Amino acid sequence: MSARATLATTRRVLGQLHHDRRTLALLLVMPCVLISLLAWIFDGTPTFDRIGAPLLGVFPFVVMFLVTSVATLRERTSGTLERLLTMPIGKLDFLLGYALAFGALAVVQAALASGLAVFVLGLDVAGPAWLLLVVAVLDALLGMAIGLLVSAFAQTEFQAVQFLPAVVLPQFLLCGLLVPRDAMNDVLRAVSDVLPLSYAVDAMRHVSTTSTLDAGVLGDLAVVAGAILLALGLGAATLRRQSA
Amino acid sequence: MMNNVPAIAVRDLRVVRGGRTVLTDLSFSVPRGSLTGLLGPSGCGKSTLMRSIVGVQKNAGGSVEVLGQPAGSAPLRAKVAYVTQAPSVYADLTVAENLRYFAAVLGAPSSDIERVLAEVGLSDRADALTGQLSGGQEARVSLATALLGDPEVLILDEPTVGLDPVLRRDLWELFHRLAAGGATLLVSSHVMDEAQRCERLLLMREGRLLADETPDDLLARTGETDVESAFLSLIEKEQVTA
Repeated sequence: MSARATLATTRRVLGQLHHDRRTLALLLVMPCVLISLLAWIFDGTPTFDRIGAPLLGVFPFVVMFLVTSVATLRERTSGTLERLLTMPIGKLDFLLGYALAFGALAVVQAALASGLAVFVLGLDVAGPAWLLLVVAVLDALLGMAIGLLVSAFAQTEFQAVQFLPAVVLPQFLLCGLLVPRDAMNDVLRAVSDVLPLSYAVDAMRHVSTTSTLDAGVLGDLAVVAGAILLALGLGAATLRRQSA
Repeated sequence: MMNNVPAIAVRDLRVVRGGRTVLTDLSFSVPRGSLTGLLGPSGCGKSTLMRSIVGVQKNAGGSVEVLGQPAGSAPLRAKVAYVTQAPSVYADLTVAENLRYFAAVLGAPSSDIERVLAEVGLSDRADALTGQLSGGQEARVSLATALLGDPEVLILDEPTVGLDPVLRRDLWELFHRLAAGGATLLVSSHVMDEAQRCERLLLMREGRLLADETPDDLLARTGETDVESAFLSLIEKEQVTA
């Protein structure tokens, strides 16, 4: 482990984003546009208050999944990853470098979207605003960690993009937003129980309906954090210094 | 210390890729502080051999040691520099940003960046976006990365392809200077006239080693006046004996 290599990687990834202004703009503006659209669609109904907060967690999850899986795939196909792995940098240094860069971005993204939802669009949140931000950032990091892992199984950018419907949509369908998880049949409920996005959405719902920091939120967050670490660990295992 | 250990020692190396045997029982060694050319036609296994020496290639048999350590092992990672044939740098960063990143990973001083830019003739393009450079310039950014720090062994896969003659001469002068300073260089090329610029030659064809000697010895042995003809005569001789 080397803090120098980790921070250098973070700085490098942020540098790449700095040169790619359009991606940066899309990353920051898109969740705001989507949450505004949602508020407009459900204007005058209680639905926005019910699904607004959970979706504030889902948007960064999806966006970060996509950005990270394509970014890591580019590292693999351009030969830069192979070059790096011949150098004195640990696999975890590399992954943490990415995690810090995208984590920083997720903080800005979540702050913009949550701030807009709560202060401008009038989203009712019972819990503290900072907790909303923490959950949104963790959801973004979850998307990032799964994106890193999944990119190992894609050989082309076409394949990487196809993993979005394959990996993200089932989690979205089963996370409890469309049908409450308690109302699902046993099989679907069991599947939903092992999908990390279910806990990310549950945590968001907790924050929006309960004013105190209770054990339920902490439990959900612990599961999300565990899933992030697991995906990062598995992702590190897919980085091979040798190939056939 | 250990100066009698060769910089690179390859024994009975076999590599199979996609069911095809790419390298067949290769054995040779490269002394320290030398400039060795690895020559052969495109597809003869040069790049695969270089990948084995860097330690990124899974080997089917035999052993590869660099500076007395197994190829690719952790102590070698700051000592062995590797340039792939396709430039492996970040197209969406500037030249200087690329070098700053790799220097930080290697723990090289930031003063190295100016030095290596001058060595590859790119000082005036430091702030250009790497992806907007010409192919040859991008390859030189990749080469500059390998010159960061103080590598003891440099594995350079076709570093001079497509460059203008003046620059090619300058780079070969740089390679000689590095070797004179004690570094070991293995430089591949499919252009036979580059062979004359090397101290030692490894000639490869279809995954086998045809020659491992100095250019002068090769010419004397085959009775030819240039490496291209010597290469042909070795192939013909092999076909007669086969």
